[in-house]
This record gives sequence, C-alpha cells and structure tokens, in this order.
Amino acid sequence: MADIASPALARNPAIAKGPRGQKPRKTFAPANIMLYGTLIIVAMYYALPLYVMIVTSLKGMPEIRMGNVFAPPLEITFEPWVKAWSTACTGINCDGLSRGFWNSVWILVPSVIISISIASVSGYALSYWKFKGSELFFGILMIGAFIPYQVMLYPIVLVLKNLGDFLSYFSLALGFDKIQVYGTLSGLVIVHTIFGMPILTLLFRNYFAALPEELFKAARVDGAKFWGIFFKIMMPMSLPIFVVAMILQVTGIWNDFLFGVIYTKPDIYPMTVQLNNIVNSVQGVKEYNVNMAATLLTGLVPLFVYFVSGKLFVRGIAAGAVKG
Amino acid sequence: MAETGIPTRASAQVAPLAPFAATPAKRPLRLFRNMNSKVASLPMIATVLIIFVGCSLWTVFYSFTDSKLLPRLNFVGLDQYTRLWGTPRWVVSISNLAIFGVCSMVFSLVIGFTLAALLDRKIRFENTFRTIFLYPFALSFIVTGLVWQWILNPTYGVQKVVRDMGWETFTFDPLYTESLVLYGILIAALWQGTGLVMCLMLAGIRGIDEDIWKASRVEGIPTWKTYVVIIIPMIRPVIVTAVVIIASGIVKVYDLVVAQTSGGPGVASQMPALYVMDKMFKDQNLAQGFAASTMMLLTVAIILIPWAYIEFGGKKRG
Repeated sequence: MADIASPALARNPAIAKGPRGQKPRKTFAPANIMLYGTLIIVAMYYALPLYVMIVTSLKGMPEIRMGNVFAPPLEITFEPWVKAWSTACTGINCDGLSRGFWNSVWILVPSVIISISIASVSGYALSYWKFKGSELFFGILMIGAFIPYQVMLYPIVLVLKNLGDFLSYFSLALGFDKIQVYGTLSGLVIVHTIFGMPILTLLFRNYFAALPEELFKAARVDGAKFWGIFFKIMMPMSLPIFVVAMILQVTGIWNDFLFGVIYTKPDIYPMTVQLNNIVNSVQGVKEYNVNMAATLLTGLVPLFVYFVSGKLFVRGIAAGAVKG
Repeated sequence: MAETGIPTRASAQVAPLAPFAATPAKRPLRLFRNMNSKVASLPMIATVLIIFVGCSLWTVFYSFTDSKLLPRLNFVGLDQYTRLWGTPRWVVSISNLAIFGVCSMVFSLVIGFTLAALLDRKIRFENTFRTIFLYPFALSFIVTGLVWQWILNPTYGVQKVVRDMGWETFTFDPLYTESLVLYGILIAALWQGTGLVMCLMLAGIRGIDEDIWKASRVEGIPTWKTYVVIIIPMIRPVIVTAVVIIASGIVKVYDLVVAQTSGGPGVASQMPALYVMDKMFKDQNLAQGFAASTMMLLTVAIILIPWAYIEFGGKKRG
C-alpha cells in the first residue's frame, strides 16, 4: 500500500495532513445527524451494561423488585458493596469477595513479573542471538498460541504433579517439606507464564528487532555480553513495550477463569471463579444488588487499567492481535 | 561468542557456569556457542517441547485408549470417537458452535467494520466513542456473562421494562428459551468482542493512502461505496487477521457460557469446551474428554492451515 504514495504527496506534505473524506460539512447537515445519531445509539448499547451494573448495585432489594433495571436508584445504599466484599457466601466460606481479590492479587503479581521477565529475555535472544533451531522453536510457539487450551489442560496437571514430586525429592533430601505444585499458587503462576509466553515473546521480539542494530553492534565492540547488553541497553530503551506487556498480562491474568478453576483449590480460587460461584450458586435467595456489586468489583481492576492506560492498551491489543 | 565449555556431562548440567570453566577447550563445541542465549531461551524451548508439542500429542495419543479416572494405555482404536459422535450432547455442542460461530463471525466483522468506518469519518469525540466501544474488551467473560444474565433476566430485565411501558405481551427471554439461548449468548459475546475488531479495522483503514480517497472523490463515488468496494479489498490482511482471531476465540468459548447459562436450559447452549471439561474433570471419563479436545484441535487446524498457507505460503513464493 505504501508504495502507491504519489510524488504529489512527497512534494507537498501538507496535503497528507489535510482533512480526509468529503469537504467540511455543516454541523447540522442530515448526514452528520445520521452519523452522530448512529454512533450515540451504539455507544448507549455499549455503555448500558456498565450503567446497569452501577445502578443495580446501589439499590436495595425491595426497590429492585419494584422498579426496572434501568431506573436510577431512588435511595442510594452502599450495603450491597459491603456485603459483596466482606460477607457474601460461596459454599461454606462467608468472607465475601475479599478473599478472591487477595488471591487474585497473589496470583497476579508473581505471574506478571515472571512471565514478562522470561518472555522479554526470550524475545531478546530470538532477535539478537539467534541459534540453530531458534526460529523453529519460535514458529512452534506461535502455532501453539492457537491450540485450544482444553487439549493441554490434563497433561499439564500431570506435568505439575511430577514437577512437585521431582522437587520434593530434593527438598526432602535437604530436610525441607514436601513441595506441591499442582493445586497451589506456584502451579498457577507456571501455567500463566506458559500461556502468556507466545504473545509476549512475539511482542518483545518484534520490538527489539526494530531497534537500530548499530546499538547492539557498538555494545558488542565495547565488550558487552549477552546479559550486559540486555540490562544496560535493551531494557532501558524498551520501557513502553514493558508497559504494554504489563497491561496485557494484568488484564489477561485477572480475567482468567479456566486456569483458576483447574489448577487451584477452593481456598485460593481467584476472584473470577469466586464471583461465578457467588452469583450462580443455587442455594438461597438471589440478591441481585449484591451480585452486581460483586461483578463490578471484579471488573474494577481491568477497567482501571483500561481507563488509565488509554492508547497503550489499544497498542497492546493491536500488537498482540495483528501478528498473532 | 568466545565462551566455551568442556564437552562433558558435568558441564552440560551446569551450563550457565560454562564460561567460568577453567580448562580452555581446544575445539569449541557447537552446542556451547552462544551459550547464554540458549540458556535464556530454555524456558521457551521447554514450553514448546513439553507443553505445546508434548502435551498436545499426549492428549491425542491417549484419546485412543479407554482411560477413565486415570490415564492408562489400553488401546481401543477409534471407539472414543464413535461414542463421542453418538452422544447427543456433543452433537448439539458442535451444531451450537457452528451457529454461534457463523453468527458471531459475520456480526463481529460487519459491526466492527461499520463502527470503524463511522469513527474514520473525522468525527468529534472520536476518542470518547472508541473508549466506550472498547471498554467491554477489558472485562472478563465471567463479568460479561453475569451482567447480561441480569439484563436479560425475564422477571426484572428488558422484558419487564418493555411490559411496564404498556406492551403487556412482549416476550424477550432468550436465556430461558431453548431456541433463543444461543442468541442471548451472542448478544453478550458481541458486546465484549466487537471493540477489538473495530480497533483492528480502524488501524487498517487509517493505513490506507490518502490518494485513494482523492481518486474516489474525483470519480464521484459515494462514500459508502468507496468503503465497500475499495477499502474492504484493500484492508484484506487486517480482515484475515480479524477472522483468525475471532475464529480461535469462538472455538475456545467457555467462560461466557459457564457464567451466563452453564450450558442450559437443558443442553441448549452446550459448547465443545464445556463437554471436554465435564468429561475430564467431573465425569471421570478422561479418554472421552481427550477425544473431544482432539476434535477441537482438529477444528482449529482446519481453520488455521488455509490461513497460514495464504498468509505465509503465498508470500514466500511471490
């Protein structure tokens, strides 16, 4: 597409910056009304669920039974929020979503750090220190991103169990306790690291490969080695891509449900799993306001990341998606 | 790299320390050249070999056995597959996946492209609109499913609101109606996912040369027609990418259904992923789950291989 760029454009770059589409219209031209009308209606459809969540979570149950879901609350109450956070029940546990929240935090922090450090180093190795077979492994890694998780779920359980036994062999010999990997936090961290790897490695590889190669060569001439170049030159230069990777991982891991269900036990269920258990439990009277408060609470972290990061979020998903 | 090591078993195990080995090797072994990079790539190599290749093949291999509670190597040929396709629930899942897949593909592309084209019209508040269209993508499928479960709730949701407005016989209860439940899920899925498609398409449209627009204006082609006839063929790569992303998302659909309907009413909204999960982790019928997940893998391969061929195979030759 770029090679169609005309000489006219090269001669007069101002043209390129000029408005695209038709000539400027009047604000209230019929076409404009149509355009904005459509956009506003569609925007309302997209905004509606968030609005309904907020409104419902601030109502009392009697008001919900009387009114409709879209009506703003007559009497604002924060009780559902308090209940969702601290006393809502899942099974026998009645300490609310707070447990799930902290579980998710404990899963999130190590998973994000470990997956990003491993993937960034792999991406760096793949772009500057190619070895025989490195491209092949990378190719399989990319194909692997498309394999449905269900295919690998069960064997990974076995891998984690065996890894636990293997590590226990050493730890028992050294006089420590038996090590469990499956069903614990560490197991889930490993799983998140594994499944984050294709997309993150791709992200970092492409970013590093786009840096000027002279930098790398100059550092080599000055005697810097693999790790020296990575820590002193590559990392300081690639802050934006680290932020993009973090956004990607924080939202991805926070929103995960499948791995949480399979690789953890009820005590350390992440927030999404606990939320689903609270809302979809069959016993008891349904408290829709508490449910919506809980749902909103679970969505707050990724929403916060989204609204704060803005353009970087778009860049992250675009980078992740376009080459994926 | 000047780093070399001694080609013994011991040094292979302490590979990271190879540079510090005191004995200078006479002939640097190829395996130890570029050692740091290889060590740094070990997690990636392990992931590829153990997880993506190893675990996938393991599942395919064990789908030919009669494993129940624990995996065991008692081969029964294609028995599991015969049984799988004889199970009504699986057949329903597959037809659901097909209906859901086609609808969600078509609507995602159409809505995504339309929104992108609208946003491309040099409008005001473009960022605000984009932010609103994309925010659902940040939310999890669980949150999405639960919100829409609530909005579509027959006793309190949309149905009641319309009835309260005076239309007493209005019925809109997709989540509890067998024939409509898929569309109830579709509404939620589109709400969550179209923002991403829009973003991709918008990036594609913005990448198109200005002169195309000028030329079409000179020719007097209406704007909408320019989009349909000229722009769409030009952003073909972006559309192909979007198709692949949407398709691989469709095959994996799981959390959304779990949160919104748990596969009900009856088996009306079952999906292959739910079947696999139930067989493997609930019904203690491992091999059946393996066979079903192998079918999922096959589905992805059928979608992916033609794409990979077009995307990579064609270019290298061309």
